[in-house]
Amino acid sequence: MSVKRIMGLETEYGISTPSNPSANPMFLSSLVVGSYSQKIYPDMKIRWDYDLENPLRDARGFDVSRAEADPSQLTDEALVTNVILTNGARFYVDHAHPEYSSPEVTTPQEAVIWDKAGESIIYQAAKLATQVNPDGEIYIYKNNTDNKGVSYGTHENYLVDRKLPFSDIARVLTTFFISRQIFTGAGRLGLGTMDREFEFQISQRADFFETLIGLETTMRRPIINTRDEPHADPNKYRRLHVIIGDANISEVANLVKLGSTSLVIGMLENNLLNDLSLDLSDPLYALRQVSRDLTLKENLELKSGKLVTALEIQEEFLLRAKKWIDQAGLHDEETDQVLYWWEYCLNALKSDIFKLANCLDWVAKFKLLTEIKERDQLNWHDPILQMLDLQYADMHPDRGIAKLLERRGSLMQLSDPASIDAAVKYPPTTTRAWFRGQSLLNFSPKIAGASWDSVIFDVSPDKPLVRIPTIDPYKGTKQQLGDIFEKSEDVSSLIDQISRI
Amino acid sequence: MAEREQIHHKPSESNVDHEPINAEATVDTSKAADLLDEIDAVLEKNAAEFVKGFVQKGGE
Repeated sequence: MSVKRIMGLETEYGISTPSNPSANPMFLSSLVVGSYSQKIYPDMKIRWDYDLENPLRDARGFDVSRAEADPSQLTDEALVTNVILTNGARFYVDHAHPEYSSPEVTTPQEAVIWDKAGESIIYQAAKLATQVNPDGEIYIYKNNTDNKGVSYGTHENYLVDRKLPFSDIARVLTTFFISRQIFTGAGRLGLGTMDREFEFQISQRADFFETLIGLETTMRRPIINTRDEPHADPNKYRRLHVIIGDANISEVANLVKLGSTSLVIGMLENNLLNDLSLDLSDPLYALRQVSRDLTLKENLELKSGKLVTALEIQEEFLLRAKKWIDQAGLHDEETDQVLYWWEYCLNALKSDIFKLANCLDWVAKFKLLTEIKERDQLNWHDPILQMLDLQYADMHPDRGIAKLLERRGSLMQLSDPASIDAAVKYPPTTTRAWFRGQSLLNFSPKIAGASWDSVIFDVSPDKPLVRIPTIDPYKGTKQQLGDIFEKSEDVSSLIDQISRI
Repeated sequence: MAEREQIHHKPSESNVDHEPINAEATVDTSKAADLLDEIDAVLEKNAAEFVKGFVQKGGE
């Protein structure tokens, strides 16, 4: 399977109106989502279909009775807080944040592209919302904490073979997640959860995790999240919901984060890590230890009593991944690119972290903070440095510091900018997201609702709604349905032809 | 995808220390000063108040 598998990223963005800091964030978030929704679907209302959100109902797959019962309800209350975009993503209000859940893709490269498209979408959405916001300009941040006790998430999703025991996943990935902070970290000026202590640390999220394993995501956050809602056949797959990553703006960091994690899952699925003995004696302690160790030289204690650094742990995972890909003959362009950058980052982290100032968010941020701190002879708690930490993640193209670095070529962009522009509008071609997105592109006035695992068509007022289930994430690709879409002049012929497959 | 191909090398075939992409990261003082000037120009002026006002509610 190599680095390829169904995956996706969810990002909750920070939101504020500096001209009125007490503005209601739920209101602001729905304004952002609603304004964008109105722009792309001016004449219609597409609701998020919650029917299959419940995993117990997933197994049934097909259900039109509820839809027939109350079609009028399908168009109202969910509108402004939930919308499916033509690129297959879900854009909605989650608690007090606007959230962009990327469409399902099959490679980390695609995940990076549709995540970047999300940055573009959220900025456009905030700009539209600002025009109608009584509280002034809406600022959006791709970060994970306000430094005042609150954290919000960036979650990765990976489709995993159901046969793989969850205990194996939990054991290996605990060590992997803790050590991968050295390249996934987005950098943070602040220790603890509050703005009391100002030192730089690698991760935005490390200080907000309190347990090893569990279902929660908002309280007592676990390193390993056990949410099991596959949005696919539960007998074949689980969806591994990873809540411990930072929000990355750097494409290299995002690529290596998604790619290396997919490779480790692949090795687990192929029983290649049974002999790995890298269990940490105190994972929660090690989590903070790694995030605070800017030298990358501190030893972590293993259960076996052995001492290893986070870098050495990552090198072991990389070595095994390379061996697996070589021996199983799984080389492909995407896998090789991930292996290249993973190795590149680890080598540079070992020799001189500042070599990665154009690759990794935490190093880019740390370098700028250090330079300004020294130039202006500031202390770490100076508001200017706190401002820089925050503004790094500002999604405004002129104001955001990471955006500024990208524009100057000082933060590397791996993706073709044209692919990112296209991904704002168009779905990935290799998953069911293509069917979802293409349906919306071609027939949006005839769509009553959509979700990860279905699209509901409203063919005509006198007919019942028709739900097309998309329970298999690998089905509904451009290759499978491209011809049918091309030949379908209207929604009835589309449904006709699909039901004949 | 053209750019991706440009910067793609197999690890065994390349010495990462000599990658052209590293040029940017090495310290070129004039360029670094330029960058800091640009940052000064866009950084919010009322930093203390701005940072204090950035209060979020929990998510996830």
